Amino acid sequence: MIQLPYWIAAWLLLMGLYGMVTSRNWLHMVICLTVVQSSTYMVLLSVGYRTDAGPPIFNEVPVGTPAVDPVVQTLCLTDIVVGATTTALLLAIAVQVFRQRGTLDPAALRPMRNSGPQQQQE
Amino acid sequence: MNALGRSCCFWLSAPVLGALFLWAIQGLPAFGDYQGPYGDVLNAVGVGERHTTDIPTAINFDYRGFDTMGEEYILFASVAGVALLLRRAEQPPALRDTKASEGVRWVTPALLATTLVFGVYVVLHGAISPGGGFQGGVVLATALILVYFATGYRQFMGLAPAHRWEAIDALGAGSYAMIGLAMLCAGGKFLENLLPLGTAGKLLSAGTVPLISIAVGCEVMAGFVVLFVEFLKALHDVPEEQS
Repeated sequence: MIQLPYWIAAWLLLMGLYGMVTSRNWLHMVICLTVVQSSTYMVLLSVGYRTDAGPPIFNEVPVGTPAVDPVVQTLCLTDIVVGATTTALLLAIAVQVFRQRGTLDPAALRPMRNSGPQQQQE
Repeated sequence: MNALGRSCCFWLSAPVLGALFLWAIQGLPAFGDYQGPYGDVLNAVGVGERHTTDIPTAINFDYRGFDTMGEEYILFASVAGVALLLRRAEQPPALRDTKASEGVRWVTPALLATTLVFGVYVVLHGAISPGGGFQGGVVLATALILVYFATGYRQFMGLAPAHRWEAIDALGAGSYAMIGLAMLCAGGKFLENLLPLGTAGKLLSAGTVPLISIAVGCEVMAGFVVLFVEFLKALHDVPEEQS
């Protein structure tokens, strides 16, 4: 029970992976990827947590007051920024795929070889 | 591999991964029992060394400033990537326009004023209270999206063409490196905090930290607006019946 946040992180990772495996739409898959990524936020913030400690901000409390780890919080910020931008990039790729192929179903998009003549048959 | 095969692979490997998690989590220190020295060291010295009361900002824009520059360029590169992917060689004229309802047009200005002030506040107070360039930049970008809600597509694209935001984006990204180079020219190391540190907790304190925060704020705001404008363009050059 004490390790609950780590279990939530593991659960988020596995559920995100399950969503990606069973996904029938690229947009859904990108959202599942963000679920997988949110597990890293859980791990980072849990690692730096200290029971009964305050935030690492010493504006109104004196230096030396027990505080949680600021390093992992900063890493989490980096994580969120990178996550947001890669999501935007993946969504742009999805828009381009839909323009070229008219579908976002991964099953219909699977052949990654030259699909010019094949596309005409469809 | 079909859907069934993928599912089989997942259900074969997921229990193994779960078991590895079980093993790994048993070996971790208990939740809330933080041991590592680095956080404590930074919490102890941050205010004294950098006159920054918000320690995560001190780490982000000073102790770890070089890494944050890399992070900023990840943002810059992916905004450029989105623009490259979505732009057509010749932008067709917009086929659709959006119009805000009377209610949205009346409520938005009030929301816009508060969001803008809050965004600027978060960017400027990064060294003092929770916030900084990344968070404030996103709030400011939200303010500009509110402008879109109030004006509609065509008017918004006239008010805020993408090339202007690209210039602000590049300016923000460039100034970060320029601040670093300026410190180099002043005789310090790259991104070393050589400016007067002022009094901790005051707006004009912490040396280069607020300057970097403003540069990052500009870049994040403009970057997110460019992303938004590119996706809007992709949405509005499709005829009504196709969408």
